[in-house]
Amino acid sequence: MSRLNTSTVLGLLAAAVALVVPFATSNPAHLNMAILALMAAQIGVAWNLVGGYAGQASLGHAAFYGIGAYTSTLLLVKFGVNPWLGMLAGGLVSAVLSGAFGWSCFRLKGHIFTMATIAVATIVEIVFTNWEYAGSAVGLYIPMDKQGLGAMVFADKASYYWLALGLLCITLLATWLVERSFLGYYFRAIKDEPDAARSIGIDIARYKQVALSLSAFFTALGGSLYAQKELYIDPPSVLSTALSIKMALVSILGGVGTLFGPVIGSVVLTTIEELSRAMFGGTGRGTDTIIYAGLIVVIAVFYPTGIIGWYQDRVRRFKARRERAEADAAAPAAARAARPTSSTSTGAAL
Amino acid sequence: MTFDLLLQTLASGVLIGLIYALVAIGLTMIFGVMEITNFAHGEFLMFGMYASFWMFALLALDPMFTLPFTVLLLFGVGMLLYRLVIRRIIDAPPLSQIFTTFGLMLLFRGIAQFLWKPDFRTIENSMVAGSVNLLGVQLGRPQLVAGIGAVVVTAAIYLFLNRTKLGSALEATAADKEAARLMGIDSHKMFALAWGIGAACAGAAGALLSTFFPIFPDVGANFILVAFVVVNLGGFGSVTGAFWAGILIGVVEVMGGLLVGPQYKTAVVLALFLAVLMFRPHGLMGRA
Repeated sequence: MSRLNTSTVLGLLAAAVALVVPFATSNPAHLNMAILALMAAQIGVAWNLVGGYAGQASLGHAAFYGIGAYTSTLLLVKFGVNPWLGMLAGGLVSAVLSGAFGWSCFRLKGHIFTMATIAVATIVEIVFTNWEYAGSAVGLYIPMDKQGLGAMVFADKASYYWLALGLLCITLLATWLVERSFLGYYFRAIKDEPDAARSIGIDIARYKQVALSLSAFFTALGGSLYAQKELYIDPPSVLSTALSIKMALVSILGGVGTLFGPVIGSVVLTTIEELSRAMFGGTGRGTDTIIYAGLIVVIAVFYPTGIIGWYQDRVRRFKARRERAEADAAAPAAARAARPTSSTSTGAAL
Repeated sequence: MTFDLLLQTLASGVLIGLIYALVAIGLTMIFGVMEITNFAHGEFLMFGMYASFWMFALLALDPMFTLPFTVLLLFGVGMLLYRLVIRRIIDAPPLSQIFTTFGLMLLFRGIAQFLWKPDFRTIENSMVAGSVNLLGVQLGRPQLVAGIGAVVVTAAIYLFLNRTKLGSALEATAADKEAARLMGIDSHKMFALAWGIGAACAGAAGALLSTFFPIFPDVGANFILVAFVVVNLGGFGSVTGAFWAGILIGVVEVMGGLLVGPQYKTAVVLALFLAVLMFRPHGLMGRA
């Protein structure tokens, strides 16, 4: 009971912090950092659907992100389509194209699957880098002439903050619904016991694809939001392998296959990234990379279950210790309590 | 397209393919023995290149002379990395394994940037500079020497695995860890040896490349993806498979560059990789 309370308190606290951030700071750099953390959390949650719950470690998710960003931006720039519609279109295009992605990768397992996902995303990146219509290596600019909620272009950072927070909440809600539905059980069965899952009639290929399509849809929404926030996209910013790594990394750091793991991971990672960049980034000597990468190695080696796993482990140990202490404290009392009883019974017997 | 151009392209494809093969052989050995994919393998190659560069720049020793030293150095690096890090993740979930070596990849790049700055460096006027005319085909001498060097190292690895007791022990561990242990083979020693040899192969490739390829912290990125493709096509754990697959991929890459356009050469290689996996999930030469 006490653990549930702790989690609820932590959750409410996090929600309160999330709601006051834009009012607490007027520094656009701080607000920007918060937006980056929310956006990284959102794509982390989306990645987690297939990478965490279903256990398919994709390192090619930048392809979905980029397709989302390019679809909404191309529709806007070339046809004047509203970015809200463009965002939805990007999600759908991405979900449909994830069929091809899954078709070429899902018959592979483990490390080979991961390599194949990198290969697919790299091909997509090369195609966009050389595709004249999509701006090739130069990229695409989003005009600032129309502003406001309808155009999804804002002069102030706070509006983007609410947008990012909203998208994160929608993605979390969707994940929560999936987690509680039969899909959640199927995904975990595919991850933990694929042979058993198959033997009880779960169509593994089909549900892997369902997980991937959902994940691709929400990842693409994140890509469209990025485009609207930065007002500029090019292949390195929305299609690079580094981006795919980041999506997986925030989940792993926080806790793979948990609802809030990617959110926690994103807040921690973004803070570390920005702090080390602020302290050492100016030297151009890669100190920030060393800290970032060193952290990845330490977590992967020593804390494979992430921050949430580490926390749960601590709680479990604490409980075990307390129970042992209670048992120790209770033992002499029980012995004392037992003595009169036994003497009574002895007396009765006598 | 003239016949000369075709011949020229094929020859350069084979030569770069031999380097790919050498990088991939190290990777495939590590995977064959302990089923861990080393994403930091390109960084072993990068360290090999920098070792050659600094011995050339500071001691005026040619990369071809210092090659044995580079190989030994990287052998030590590989063994050390196993003892310090990899040993701890043998039984970890695949995701942790992937992220450990991925993190190492970024870490090594960061360290190289910290120590040697992100500048491009080159080795000018090494003893192998220049070009040769072989049966009407114009070849760079550094490339030719690198190709021959790669063949020599590969042959040495092959002989080691098939003709020595230690090599057989390594092969036995790759084939069946438990059975090998029952025969008295210490699998931890074999794992460490595989990492040492794996890193040494990549280091040798780096030394051979250093005479004609720019040297910079992220140089490994140009080789790791191709090396993965080679390992997959050749069959995980197969040294001979990696050798032939390396040559094949080198040729496919340059032919793709010639026919489709140089900007698409990597895409052609990766598309071939995916196509092959579709029909043969265990590679062209792999066993199920």
